Amino acid sequence: MFLAQSSPYLQPGLNVSKMMRVVTLLMVPGILTATYVFGYGVLINILLAIVFALSFEAIILYLRKRPVKVYINDNSALLTAVIIGVAIPPLAPWWLTFVGVFFAIVVAKQLYGGIGYNTFNPAMVAYAILLISFPAQMTTYWQTPAMLLSQVDGQTLSLLETVQFQLFSQLPANVTMDALTSASPLGIVRTSVLSGAATIAEIDAQGNAFGVFGGIGTEWVNLAFLAGGLFMLRKGLISWHIPISLLAMLGFLSLLFGSFELDSNPSPMFHLFSGATMLGAFFIATDPVTAATTPKGRIFYGAGIGALIYIIRTWGGYPDAIAFSVLLMNMCVPLLDYYTQPRVYGHKVENNDQEQS
Amino acid sequence: MENTETQTDILMETQVETESKSSLLEEYAPIAKDGLWTNNAVFAQMLGLCPLLAVSNSVVNALGLGIATIMVMILSNVSVSLIRNIVRPEIRLPVFVVIIASAVTTIELIIHAWFHELYLVLGIFIPLIVTNCAIIARAEAFASKNTLGKSFFDGLMMGLGFALVLVTLGALREIIGMGTLFANAHIMFGEGMQWLTIEVFSDYEGFLLAILPPGAFIGLAFLLAARNLYEKKRKDKEKQKKQQETLLLNPSA
Repeated sequence: MFLAQSSPYLQPGLNVSKMMRVVTLLMVPGILTATYVFGYGVLINILLAIVFALSFEAIILYLRKRPVKVYINDNSALLTAVIIGVAIPPLAPWWLTFVGVFFAIVVAKQLYGGIGYNTFNPAMVAYAILLISFPAQMTTYWQTPAMLLSQVDGQTLSLLETVQFQLFSQLPANVTMDALTSASPLGIVRTSVLSGAATIAEIDAQGNAFGVFGGIGTEWVNLAFLAGGLFMLRKGLISWHIPISLLAMLGFLSLLFGSFELDSNPSPMFHLFSGATMLGAFFIATDPVTAATTPKGRIFYGAGIGALIYIIRTWGGYPDAIAFSVLLMNMCVPLLDYYTQPRVYGHKVENNDQEQS
Repeated sequence: MENTETQTDILMETQVETESKSSLLEEYAPIAKDGLWTNNAVFAQMLGLCPLLAVSNSVVNALGLGIATIMVMILSNVSVSLIRNIVRPEIRLPVFVVIIASAVTTIELIIHAWFHELYLVLGIFIPLIVTNCAIIARAEAFASKNTLGKSFFDGLMMGLGFALVLVTLGALREIIGMGTLFANAHIMFGEGMQWLTIEVFSDYEGFLLAILPPGAFIGLAFLLAARNLYEKKRKDKEKQKKQQETLLLNPSA
């Protein structure tokens, strides 16, 4: 009946389902780069995480007597699963993904009331719990980046061998764990530079931590996630406040402290392009449910995460800090939103002050 | 109308009969039920959470603190009940505090003397039993108003209820966290009881979170949720039963 409508047409607004799907798709460049750098384990992790996440989501929704199909179709569990799959080490055994996804979907998301009600970013809750509970697996199961293979005489696994290792923890006869894995750039900086055992120049000479402009291997992954993130910004899927303030704060702090002690502080570029900085800035910190919602609040939120990342990386106990920083700032979101309510159009600033006092 | 009146009369008569037959069991059974389930110090009153969360990382620790708490509860309840007619109400609280502090000190010295290794493990949490609000709550709410025997029994049951939750949470955390049960049993029962340690899963990697403090909060939350679910189902069933009964008694309504 309405087929004969004439232009201009109104585009239907973005719904949650579509937005989550597009965000997930925009992670694909980063995922492919990570697969190239760290091997097939990344893809297997993501696949496993998606299967687990959708199953847990369906089971819990059924138990909570909610419409299963409607909520599964909002794709939020899918995005959470993909983020977990990228964040955990590429050679993680299957049960690591299982435990992580359980805590993300069942505890952090559904027990808090499902999408829209969770205070904490589910994927980051999973990561923090895994990092605290299984420190050995979470820090040492990183496959040697493709760029380092020839230099350290490293070994890789084929797709089938990776599956075999992750599901049944069987390594091929001639492959050892030591040759297969290597410390991450942030880990190397943490253990040698920040403890004073070596200077930046010495690490640079070894050539196993610094790449062209960031951490070796991870710099390209970060670049790919940055590309996906910039596309999201351009498409208006996220506002600029959180990622820009996060990256600016992280860059500013590393510049500030780095310029005093060049020998023991890696450059801002290293901080921005290693670990999970870009993934965190564009895909994790911008989660619409757990992030601040007012423009000013978002700037504080992003800057807070950036500052915490630098603080924990430099003086904390862990090499990378996206999960802890995001969770800590998640806690501040209600306060941030409360104190940064924008002035409603028509209200005068003085009136607001009087009401508050 | 007449019909229902006679019905209720019959009901009241039966009640009177049971009351006149009041035996020891009927007097003490509600106290036991109160302490163990309905009014459980942890599940219903949410008291004494500090020692509960801190010490429940293994069954043996939980059992040690649970037994210590039971003894303190009995001691303080009995003492308070004995002096309930002598102490003026204005100064009852300071007196209760002194009694509980003395009981805790006694228990601490006993554990220090005979279970030294357990004392080293439980450490500060034995003296901290004194801060367990469940103890002064029972002294005030029950022991200061009831006879010696009842107060003794209430202390035993309230302590037992607390210890049961403590041990349950301890077992849950130990199994998930380390894959064992009754690890270090010898520090409590002596070297001869090493066999008590059970390895639930062999080759278990360990799930550190369950042993760490967050595991205590998450575990307790799950236990509370399970209890609330059970209670809700039971109440729903009772309601249905009552509705059916009223329908039977009063079909016109």
